[in-house]
Amino acid sequence: MTDAPARLAARLGEVVRERVEFRDELTLVVPREAVLAALEAARAEGFGMLTDLTAVDRHPARPRFEVVYLLTSLDPPARVRLKVRVDADDPTVPSATGLWPGASWLEREVYDLFGIVFSGHPDLRRILLPDDWEGHPLRKDYPLVEEPVQFLGRTPKVPSEIIPRVPRGQ
Amino acid sequence: MGGRPAAGARAGAGMGELTRETLVLNMGPQHPSTHGVLRLLLELEGEVIVGAQPVIGYLHTGFEKEMETRTYHQNIVFPPRIEYLATFIEEQAYVLAVEKLLGITAPPRAQTIRLILAELSRIASHLVYLGTAAIDLNVSSVFMYCFRDREQILDIFEMVSGQRMMHGYFRIGGLQWDLPEGFVPRVRAFLEEFPRRLDEYEALLTDNLIWRKRTEGVAVLSADDAVRYGCTGPVLRGSGIAYDVRKAFPYGGYDEYAFDVPVGSRGDAFDRYRVRMEEMRQSRRIILQALDRLAPGPVMVDDRKVALPPRAELVRSMEAVIHHFKLVSEGIHPPPGEVYAAVESPRGEKGYYIVSDGSNRPVRVRVRSASFNNLQALPVMLYRGTVADVVVAIASIDIVLGDVDR
Repeated sequence: MTDAPARLAARLGEVVRERVEFRDELTLVVPREAVLAALEAARAEGFGMLTDLTAVDRHPARPRFEVVYLLTSLDPPARVRLKVRVDADDPTVPSATGLWPGASWLEREVYDLFGIVFSGHPDLRRILLPDDWEGHPLRKDYPLVEEPVQFLGRTPKVPSEIIPRVPRGQ
Repeated sequence: MGGRPAAGARAGAGMGELTRETLVLNMGPQHPSTHGVLRLLLELEGEVIVGAQPVIGYLHTGFEKEMETRTYHQNIVFPPRIEYLATFIEEQAYVLAVEKLLGITAPPRAQTIRLILAELSRIASHLVYLGTAAIDLNVSSVFMYCFRDREQILDIFEMVSGQRMMHGYFRIGGLQWDLPEGFVPRVRAFLEEFPRRLDEYEALLTDNLIWRKRTEGVAVLSADDAVRYGCTGPVLRGSGIAYDVRKAFPYGGYDEYAFDVPVGSRGDAFDRYRVRMEEMRQSRRIILQALDRLAPGPVMVDDRKVALPPRAELVRSMEAVIHHFKLVSEGIHPPPGEVYAAVESPRGEKGYYIVSDGSNRPVRVRVRSASFNNLQALPVMLYRGTVADVVVAIASIDIVLGDVDR
């Protein structure tokens, strides 16, 4: 492992709002206005590949959504994670397609499944679900239900009801 | 510019937008050479492709959402269903991510067994690539031979886990059970025979004029484009960049094994074929080293908060019964945090990004799919090619549509 992630953190300096290290992985939280500049700085620091771009719904916490960029430096190998927090009333993040054309489909997927809008994206449409689908399934308030089955003598259970969710520390 | 989306070729756009010079051809979603359910919109000038647009999502099953509603143990059944051609590698990726989250590692024997099965999976998957790529160009004998060999690997898998494909054999912290008797000789027998088979297939393809003419200089992807599109695996290595997760971010003990990372130079379909052929030989090399190292020992961590207690203990120890009950009815509670664990799948970097809030279910499981990113670069490969080359290009990226759509 190199010290490239630490160098990036130092280079970003004040912009980094929060710095988390967990299991040898570095996560830097940056504000929405600074995300493109931070991604560009990361690319200049050697993180040439946008390996993944996804989102997490932290409902009911606020701000609700986290958009997560996983960047990889191929040689020497290193990884860093950048994160932007946005809330549900304005779920907009600038698009990274100008930096990596490969961000296009990844952003479309996040838009499709979370409803987060990437401003400046050349072709922001649903990608996995049909164009006329309603709602964004990976949001926590989007229910996971099973369709009723006619030939069973019993009502199928929603999977999440079989084993109840047990919060931390019980 | 390569890969610009065809303006008139957008799904649902009216045919009236088209200019007189180009024609939009719809390929798929049901087409034998799309290797799954993939639809392509091709914008053509005569026979030359000036724009291509993959339309995906036909196999979207919502695995990521499903995995949020189940416990960490229950989720083991999903990964092999996402990428059904490299099942053990997929299971390995998921259990490694959860183990990283928990901060545990599986015992050495379990890791070695995982590695052997993962490399066998890689060979099985590359054989499917080779067979289907060959039959797309009407070389049906190679298809038959490859599936015959793959069948032998699946028999070994069945012997180990009871299942040919959806194994569920890897567990968080180790394996379901130890290897059956006769496993090692059987793998050795297969590996003994395998290089001769590979030579035979290479003789049938590498020296085949039609195969060379149809793959050389076809579906070219430059190294820069491969990186910009986030391509990994043989697609990236075929373009000349020696990035392999097993070398760059070693997991499961790969840093202790000697193997080479083959790379191409021209980034065409032929180079990707050469890279995969060499990878099968390297996988064999890794398995042979691993078989020599296979020492007796436990195959599951000795941590009752993670591993189920042995059956024999359940009749004697009340504590074991309680642990068993808690694990089965509630599952494990990893600490709050988030991890990303990646493995080198036959298609490239396959990663699981898991977010935990400390409860018995993940907040988010993100499956980083190699096929998804590789497919995105398809329009770049197709640009200024011919319609007949589309089939070669799709075969050369070796996509699994279940993995693309998840």
